Amino acid sequence: MGSGERIEFDNKVVNWIDERLPLFTLMQKEYGVFPTPRNFNYFWNFGAIAMFMLIAMIVTGIFLAMNYTPHVDMAFDSVERIDRDVNWGWMLRDIHMNGASFFFIAVYVHIFRGMYYGSYKKPRELLWILGVVIFLLMMATAFMGYVLPWGQMSYWGATVITNLFSAIPFVGDSIVTLLWGGFAIDNPTLNRFFALHYLMPFVILAVVFLHVWALHICGSNNPSGIEPKGKQDTLPFHPYYTMKDTFGLLVFLVVFCVFVFYAPDYLGHPDNYKEANSLVTPAHIVPEWYFLPFYAILRAITFDIGIPFTDITIISAKLGGVISMFGSIGLLLILPWLDTHPIRSCRYRPKYKFFLLVFLVVFCMLGYVGSQSADAMFFGLPMTLVGILCTTYYYGFFLVIIPWLNNTEKGRDLPKSIHDAVLQAEREKA
Amino acid sequence: MIYKEKGTNSFSDYPSFNYEYCIKMTAGSKSQDGISLDHDDDGETRRDFLFLTAGSFGAVGAGIAVWPLVSSMNPAADTLALSTTEVDLSPIAKGQSITVMWQGKPVFVRHRTEKEVEEARAVNIADLSDKQDDVERVTKDKDEWLIVVGICTHLGCVPVGQKTSESKGDFGGWFCPCHGSHYDTSGRIRKGPAPKNLAVPPYEFLSDTLIKIG
Ligand code: HEM
Ligand code: FES
Repeated sequence: MGSGERIEFDNKVVNWIDERLPLFTLMQKEYGVFPTPRNFNYFWNFGAIAMFMLIAMIVTGIFLAMNYTPHVDMAFDSVERIDRDVNWGWMLRDIHMNGASFFFIAVYVHIFRGMYYGSYKKPRELLWILGVVIFLLMMATAFMGYVLPWGQMSYWGATVITNLFSAIPFVGDSIVTLLWGGFAIDNPTLNRFFALHYLMPFVILAVVFLHVWALHICGSNNPSGIEPKGKQDTLPFHPYYTMKDTFGLLVFLVVFCVFVFYAPDYLGHPDNYKEANSLVTPAHIVPEWYFLPFYAILRAITFDIGIPFTDITIISAKLGGVISMFGSIGLLLILPWLDTHPIRSCRYRPKYKFFLLVFLVVFCMLGYVGSQSADAMFFGLPMTLVGILCTTYYYGFFLVIIPWLNNTEKGRDLPKSIHDAVLQAEREKA
Repeated sequence: MIYKEKGTNSFSDYPSFNYEYCIKMTAGSKSQDGISLDHDDDGETRRDFLFLTAGSFGAVGAGIAVWPLVSSMNPAADTLALSTTEVDLSPIAKGQSITVMWQGKPVFVRHRTEKEVEEARAVNIADLSDKQDDVERVTKDKDEWLIVVGICTHLGCVPVGQKTSESKGDFGGWFCPCHGSHYDTSGRIRKGPAPKNLAVPPYEFLSDTLIKIG
C-alpha cells in the first residue's frame, strides 16, 4: 500500500501530508477516478448502504453505552431510563434497535444481489467469503446486543441459543458453562455479552476494510456479469456512483425513518418489555426476524439419525438441528466452488434464475415457519413438515440443483461487452 | 520500482532506504552483497533448527498466555461456592408441585399421586429414548417425591406443567412450549426434540419433610 505512483495536489498542505502518508492519493484512486462498470442498477447500492448502517450502529451504540448498565439488577431499568429520561435517548435507542433490522435488510439484499449476478465467481471468491464472514459476525453481534436490555426475549433467546452448543458431543456442557460463566444465564453472562457487543462491530469494520480492499483488486461485477473490456465500459466512481449511492441511501433512509419515528417497536417483540425472569419461559420464544429462516432450519430436524433397526443414535435431533443450521451458512461459504458454470449473471442463465427465485421464496417461507409455534398448522399441514420440506429445498438447491445446472444449462449468448449490452437494452426499449 | 516522475515520493531517493534491496531481500534471492537467505544445500541447517525451536517456544508461550484469559470466563469462585437449598416438603399437597431455585436454576419438586407413580412405573423402558426406570429417579421409599431440574434438555427453556392450570403435555408430566417436548410423570422425555430426561439434581432427605438440594 502506498508504494505506487502518487498524485500531485495543488493544495500545499494536502501535498505535504500526501508525500509522507499518501492518504489523498489513495482516496482519489479508489473513490475518485476508480473505473466502475457503467451499467450498475440499484442492487449495487446496498454495499454502501450497509456501510452507512454499520457506522450508524457504531455511533448510536457508543452513546447508548454511556447510559447503559450491564448488571442484571439494573440493565432493564437503565434501558427504560434511556427511553424516558435521557435527552434524545429514545431516538438513539430506536435508531439502534431498528438500525440492526435495516442493516440486515441491506445485507440480505446485498447477498442476494451477489447470488443473482454471480458476483461470488472467480476472481471474487475471497471477496465473497469475507462477506459471509461479515454476515456471521453481524449475527453474533446482533444476538449479543439483543440480550442487553434484559427483557424476557433477551433472556430466553440467549438461553436457547447458548444451549445450542450443548449439542456438541462430549465437551458441549463445558462449553456452555464457559460461555455463561455460571450454571445459568446470569450476571457474568450479561457482562461479557456487553463487552463483546462493544468489541465486535470494530472487528466487523476491519473485515469490511479487507472486503472492500479485495473488491478494489478485482473491481466490481455488474448486471451483465461480463468484465469491463475498456474505457467505454466504465465510468469514474466520482461523481457518477457517489451520486447514485447517495440517492439510493436517502431513499433507504426515508423508509428507515418511518420505522424509527412512527413504528419503532413494530419489528420488536412486546415480551421484551417485561424484565427477564428465569422461572417463566414465554409461551412462544421467537428470535428477531432476521434470524427466523435459520431458526426454522434449526427446528426442522425433530428426529434422531441413527443406524436403522437399532437403538443406536449417531446424531441426535438436537445435534442434527444445530449442524443443519450452521451448515446452511457453510454452504454459502463454498458456493463459489459449487457453482462452476462459466456464465455469471442470471440474465443469461434462465434455468438458474428460476431455481434461484424459488430459493428466495423458500427462504422467506422458512422465515415464516420460524415465526410460528412448533405445533402450528399451515393449510392443514403441520408446520414441522413445511419446515423440513423448505430445508430440503435449501440444501437441494446448493448440493443438487446447482451442480446439475453446471453441466446441463447452456445459457443465452453473452453480449460482446458491457457497452454492447447497454446499447442492446437501449435498442429494445426504443 | 523507484518512480522518478513528477510527484514521486522523494524519500525513496534516500540512500538508507533502498526499495530494490528490500524487495530482493524479502524475496529470498541472492542480494548484491552476496548475503543469502537460501540454503546452499537442501539439507537441514542450524538455522532451520533454531527457527523451529524458536517457533515452537513461541507457540507454547502464546498458548500459556491465552489459558488465563479463557479460564477467567469459567465460573468464578463465588459462583462455584455451591449454595445448597433446603426445601420444606410439608406444605406440598399430593398432586401439587413447587419450584425452588438452586444454583440459579429452577428445580421442580413434585408430590406425585399414586396414579402418577403407577403411570411412570408402567412404562416399558425399552420404548424410551433415554432409558431410565422411575425407581432410579427417586429416593427409595419416597416414591411420591420427584425432584428434577426444571430445564428442558433440548435448549434450556423451563417446561410448563407446574401449575394446575398449565398443560402437562401428552404424558401428564411437563410440556416444553419452546419446541414441543413432552415429559412424563417421572420427568422422562417421551416426545419431541429433547434428547434426555429432566436431570435429577443431587439431594438428600434430612427428615421426612425436609430435603437438601446440592
Ligand atoms: C457489513 C456488511 C457489508 C458491507 C459494509 C459491505 C460493503 C460492500 C461495498 C461498499 C461493496 C461495493 C459496492 C457494491 O457492490 O454494492 C461491496 C461489494 C461486495 N460485497 Fe459486501 N458488504 C457487506 C457484507 C457482505 C456480505 C454479507 C456479502 C456476502 C455474503 C457480501 C458480498 C459482496 C460481494 C460479492 C461484493 C462484490 C459485488 C460486486 O461488485 O458485484 N458483502 N460490499
Ligand atoms: S427447549 Fe424445550 S423443546 Fe426446545
